[in-house]
Amino acid sequence: MKKITARPYSLRDVPFHYCPGCMHGIAHRLVAEVIDELGVSGRTIGISSVGCSVFAKHYFNVDMIQAAHGRAPAVATGVKRVLPDRVLFTYQGDGDLAAIGIGDFIHTASRGEKITTIFVNNTVYGMTGGQMAPTTLIGQVTKTTPFGRSVEINGNPIRVCELIAPVEGVAYVERVSLHNPKEIIKAKKAIKRAFEMQLNGIGFSLVEALSACPTNLGLSPLEAIKWMEEKMIPFYPLGVYKSPAGVV
Amino acid sequence: MRRFLMKGNDAIGEGAILAGCRHFFGYPITPQSEVAHYLAKRLPEVGGLFMQAESELASINLVFGAACAGARVMTASSSPGVSLMQEGLSFLAGSELPCVLVNIMRGGPGLGNIGPSQGDYFQATRGGGHGDYYTIVLAPNSVQEILDIMKKAFDLSDMYRMPVVVMADGIMGQMMEPVVIDEEKSVEIPPRPWATIGRDYHEDRNEINSLFVVLEEMEEVNLRLLHKYEEIRAKETLCEEYMLNDAEVALVAFGTVSRICRAVVDKAREQGIRAGLIRPITLWPFPYDVISRAAKSAQCLLAVEMNMGQMFEDVEIGAKGRVPVYHYGRLGGMVPLAKDILEELKKVSERGGTGR
Amino acid sequence: MSKVTFREDRCKGCQLCTTACPKKIIVMASSINEMGYHIASVTEQEKCTGCGLCVIMCPDMVIEVERGQAG
Ligand SMILES: Cc1ncc(C[n+]2csc(CCOP(=O)(O)OP(=O)(O)O)c2C)c(N)n1
Ligand code: SF4
Ligand code: SF4
Ligand code: SF4
Repeated sequence: MKKITARPYSLRDVPFHYCPGCMHGIAHRLVAEVIDELGVSGRTIGISSVGCSVFAKHYFNVDMIQAAHGRAPAVATGVKRVLPDRVLFTYQGDGDLAAIGIGDFIHTASRGEKITTIFVNNTVYGMTGGQMAPTTLIGQVTKTTPFGRSVEINGNPIRVCELIAPVEGVAYVERVSLHNPKEIIKAKKAIKRAFEMQLNGIGFSLVEALSACPTNLGLSPLEAIKWMEEKMIPFYPLGVYKSPAGVV
Repeated sequence: MRRFLMKGNDAIGEGAILAGCRHFFGYPITPQSEVAHYLAKRLPEVGGLFMQAESELASINLVFGAACAGARVMTASSSPGVSLMQEGLSFLAGSELPCVLVNIMRGGPGLGNIGPSQGDYFQATRGGGHGDYYTIVLAPNSVQEILDIMKKAFDLSDMYRMPVVVMADGIMGQMMEPVVIDEEKSVEIPPRPWATIGRDYHEDRNEINSLFVVLEEMEEVNLRLLHKYEEIRAKETLCEEYMLNDAEVALVAFGTVSRICRAVVDKAREQGIRAGLIRPITLWPFPYDVISRAAKSAQCLLAVEMNMGQMFEDVEIGAKGRVPVYHYGRLGGMVPLAKDILEELKKVSERGGTGR
Repeated sequence: MSKVTFREDRCKGCQLCTTACPKKIIVMASSINEMGYHIASVTEQEKCTGCGLCVIMCPDMVIEVERGQAG
């Protein structure tokens, strides 16, 4: 008998506070599995950001730091510059990374900091109750776009992978999705590759994981998966955007 | 022991290096930039890292990260930049991380100008950012004192695990004075068992955090901070007194202005007015006791500042209404002249205790 | 035969596992756990192939699969 258990060593055995069907839990698990497989648990330091995943600080069984909203890349850089042999990852939502923290994100990437960013794009601000995010789709209804996001008022959604891939210093960029097992398996491979870029000293690495926030989409978890397939993935195409071979 | 001439800005940098600081993150702003220029050259010579950040927001959070990693780390900026750092400072205080922030204050509000100012007194001594906290605030007034106070700043920040702010201005930065450096003195950096350096390098697992969603837990943290602040108030208040014992008028001034006021005291005494000077070296904790004592012996107090009357309010708190407290200030980057202060001193000494 | 077990107290009833199972044997039970969620369960255990896709899909690490020799 071979046991397939979910919990990696790098995740503490405490229940997640996330809503039913929220995919932060899946992303957490993948990151922890990769840390385990690479054997770097004892020298990894994670930075949790401000958003629903702020509690990542509590869940990962590695040393963790809770940063201010948008500042995870700067904090990670501060640690890495003092301890270059450690493994650093930031775990950020779309508000944290693409709105308030986009400056830190771009500069950290362009400096080619050897850190890995796990970017969970759920197209809304989860923690604050479902307001518009920089990644909210055109027409998408949120608490602050009650009539749907409009280009005139709110501007266009930001595609983070496409934005950052051409930047020098960036070693690896891939967009994955967490909406079915096949894509989750791919997501894990991407996260592993991203961490390997860091371990091999190649540069900054980013994995954008498309994720559902059923609570703020006002959908059931199953409907949210459908929504991701029909609305989100067409706008945010999955795939590798940059690897050491170049921009894809 | 070595003796040489040194500029205030260089003393900030060299003082940090002597204190064992090997990491600096900052963003250029006049009149702070010379500190950065000095450290950009000096830090690599001693195996340290100087890094220019993309903003003060990033600077303070790079400092935050380096502090989490256990480094003695600092940044320096000037008023607008320090404003931008306040959220980070609050997070450093909430996470109980040590670091040093130097503010070479300039005229304000807004973009103001690059003239010397003491307009950030409120911001510095009342925590500065959001939430219930303080930072230790040190205000040197000579190049030698800058050099020594940098070491003290790092030691205090380590001892109490909190940010320490050093306040100066452009005049102090440009001032050239002889200093003595004792290079034999070794630095001892205390161990940091709380640092997030990876689980393999310490017992258990470390988490650096300023989020406490359970209200009782947050209150517990607040109380711990409060006890810390009480201990600091009791043990770390620093103040220099000059000719205070028999003074009928006590000037109160810090930093650049305190140098001028010292000369004013001498001048006043030559003219038969018994003046004295109280120079707070720690602006927080503020030497209320010394003020209080002076309020018993002197007839009035005169706060002299390069602002509209910020430290003035602390002097009033210390005086507890026993004697009148007056204020004389120059604003907008202007420095009060000795003759004008003397004039003001004469005026208030005539009015003395007879009201304001 | 493979065996699927659910850590029922951690199940949030999100049903994501039901979409992951190629054999469609995961269903939501009528019983409710302490958090008030309907819990996932497997009706026809013998049909389970031990593929583990449900484990991969569950955000809350509720599921454990013991993969049998045959099937
Ligand atoms: C400086 C600052 N501004 C605003 C907030 C409030 N805030 C908390 S979380 C958040 C948005 C988080 O959204 P996202 O990054 O998408 O993460 P999610 O909650 O969706 O996982 C905001 C605006 C804050 N904590 N700090
Ligand atoms: S609000 Fe959205 S992002 Fe936050 S835990 Fe719930 S489902 Fe997840
Ligand atoms: S292991 Fe595979 S077949 Fe068995 S219940 Fe899970 S998904 Fe279904
Ligand atoms: S995916 Fe997990 S939490 Fe959701 S219903 Fe299935 S077992 Fe329960």
